[in-house]
Amino acid sequence: MTKKKNRNVGIVGIGMTEISSHKEDQNQPEMINEAVRAALADAGITLKDIDCVVHGNMELFEMVHQPDLWHMIGTGALGKPEFRITTGGTTGMTLVAASDNLVASGMYDVVMAIGFNKLQEAGSTTGGITNMADALWYRHLQTGALTSTSANLSIEEFGEERARKAAMKHRIMMDKHASLNQRAHRRFGLEYNQMEDLMKNSPQLIGDLRLIHMCSQSDGACVMILASEEKAKRMSKKPVWIRDHIAVHREETASNAYFPLLSETSQRVAARKLFARNGITNPVEYFDVFEMYDPSAWWGIEWLREFFLLEGDEAIKMVENGDWDLDGKVPVNPSGGVTASNPISATAMLKPAEVALQIRRDAGTHQLKREVRHGLASGFGGVMWTELMMLEKDLNWQEV
Amino acid sequence: MKRVAICAVAQHEIKANIWDKRFQDMLLDILEDLQGETGFVFGGENGVKNIVTCSDDFFDARTISDNAVNDVVGAANYRGEQKMAQEGLNGIGYAMSVILSGHDDVIYLAGHCKESLSASRNQIANMAYDPFYCRCLGLDYLNTAGLQARAYMEKTKITQEQLAKVVVRARQWASRNTYANEKTQLNLGDVMYSSVLCDPIRSLHAYPVSDGAVVMLLASEERAFEFTDNPIWITGFGNCMDSYFMGRRDIASSSALKKAAEQAYQMAGIKKPRKSVNLVEAMDCYAYQQPMWLEGLGLCDEGKGGCFIDEHGPAKYNVNLSGGMLAGRPLMIGGLYGVAEAVLQLKGQANEHQAADVNCAVIQSTTGGAGQFQTVVVLER
Repeated sequence: MTKKKNRNVGIVGIGMTEISSHKEDQNQPEMINEAVRAALADAGITLKDIDCVVHGNMELFEMVHQPDLWHMIGTGALGKPEFRITTGGTTGMTLVAASDNLVASGMYDVVMAIGFNKLQEAGSTTGGITNMADALWYRHLQTGALTSTSANLSIEEFGEERARKAAMKHRIMMDKHASLNQRAHRRFGLEYNQMEDLMKNSPQLIGDLRLIHMCSQSDGACVMILASEEKAKRMSKKPVWIRDHIAVHREETASNAYFPLLSETSQRVAARKLFARNGITNPVEYFDVFEMYDPSAWWGIEWLREFFLLEGDEAIKMVENGDWDLDGKVPVNPSGGVTASNPISATAMLKPAEVALQIRRDAGTHQLKREVRHGLASGFGGVMWTELMMLEKDLNWQEV
Repeated sequence: MKRVAICAVAQHEIKANIWDKRFQDMLLDILEDLQGETGFVFGGENGVKNIVTCSDDFFDARTISDNAVNDVVGAANYRGEQKMAQEGLNGIGYAMSVILSGHDDVIYLAGHCKESLSASRNQIANMAYDPFYCRCLGLDYLNTAGLQARAYMEKTKITQEQLAKVVVRARQWASRNTYANEKTQLNLGDVMYSSVLCDPIRSLHAYPVSDGAVVMLLASEERAFEFTDNPIWITGFGNCMDSYFMGRRDIASSSALKKAAEQAYQMAGIKKPRKSVNLVEAMDCYAYQQPMWLEGLGLCDEGKGGCFIDEHGPAKYNVNLSGGMLAGRPLMIGGLYGVAEAVLQLKGQANEHQAADVNCAVIQSTTGGAGQFQTVVVLER
């Protein structure tokens, strides 16, 4: 069962930069500072109100060791407590979950979480990710995050035509959502009548994974300010509450993708445990929005089944029926998702940030029409690691 | 505030180059030691479900360095893991918050660092500087420490002999500590006339290249006694960031350390540290830092570090009975080793280097050039 938090934690400020492939007019602390200022303005507070700063990225992408030391000129951490906490692609959500813990603990009242990556400075994200593999055994085999395994499994289960169409439909839907989001990096203006053409002509990366399916390489920063219930209510007219979060890791190698030793995906385990301890029996019914870290369209369609604890072809049917669209049963990625924007260590923070904006009705041009009370956000990183977070409009779930 | 305990610790022997073991093997060995001592398991209803690791991508030469250890810290089978990507002492503060938040009640904490893997740790430290101005100047943690040492020596008039005493004493204590790296005994002349490494820092003023790993089990007050009869309580934590630019700081003093110590003492309810504290593990990467950090911790008058050494201040406060950094500890987990030592001391399990009647320990660590970032933990019996 769920453990009672020491105290409730609300999101009171959100700031993000525009996401783009190149930010040559800003260095790293300047880019971070833009998001810090935006978050402070959103919360209507100043740096004086921040008790602690939490910073994170994957530092080998920018090749700066312990970058929080230099970045303090942009983060505002001077003279303050500070933590630097990272995981992998999950870093952004790790930062929010860690900040939630830091506030809930009573050690700090107001914590500012900063996630960013400036992947342009890495040159090649795929090279950077390949560098995560064991130097003796796997580095010469790994191809960054590029893999056709998910596509192969979907094709094996649902047949070539159905699987390929579902993946491409998901991809085009994401692009349509991204087109409504002014901050999204890639907005191609794709139409559903381009499906056949893209399935045939988009450059092949590996097997059935094509360029159009894959996430972008982006620059950007996201900042979220979290406060204790007492301060959140005082600071913000519309605090968004962090209900619960879970991290689920798997073993170092990806061998389970081919020779499953563990029967469940980390996505399903995370969802199963998180929903069980919060009494959620029908997630499709419960959640009003889901921001999913979908690094490729193939993973997107595979994981929708896992996150919503669906069976067989239920999730793919929902793709075919448009149930994940903005006016569908559960709108997925109104932001456009990760195939549109991927400044990696900010990416998994953009997910809860987008959910919070939707709950507040501050998402601007991509605001959902329906009321959003219950939100879900996921992060993905490492070797099939999952983080999952529940956000709420009202502070009433203890009574549920 | 509720209390959080460190139930038990396990340390890997520190050596200059542990060439026969990968860091995964080192972590696995000491995990088994810790499980043997406490009987804790992973998973299930009452087992460990969340893990905090401490490591560094640059020292491990791997993106997502914690990925490399998930198997050997118990995180692989669907458990949660987060990496403290700073010096490991901050992991104590974070793990403490996870328990106080109610998110979990037992945390396994594991840190590793093999400095020997890199051709030069100074080259890694150089990468901590911005690529536009400071990196091209060649700044690293050694030469910024050189600038700080000069400023501190000017201000305090600390002598070469006093600095040599710090090193000689560190080696004497290290010789009694099973886990210490550099145990060669020295006399004052050896240190005073050792070659100049980075003026005014001499080669024997600097901590030796070190490989090591430390693990520990933390638990809530309610659960601590399941794992030990003798828990050590984390009663204070604080950390603080100073300016990146050396020119904006008084580098002969440490405002960040003073603030970090103030937070930790306040949390621990310590009003007069000189009366309460009777054990110190300070991260003295260079000899001058031991008196300088003791000033920052409020255990020595500002600018009086030299006299403090002559008047046996380090002995009075049981400073670095492990040998400290000067006897060799890996940079990224220097503070974690300090915690491990303090826990053993407070439990009365430090064997040949056991201090008498200690009940309140302060552990300090630093990251960045010339002590830019500072962390302080208070442990009590």
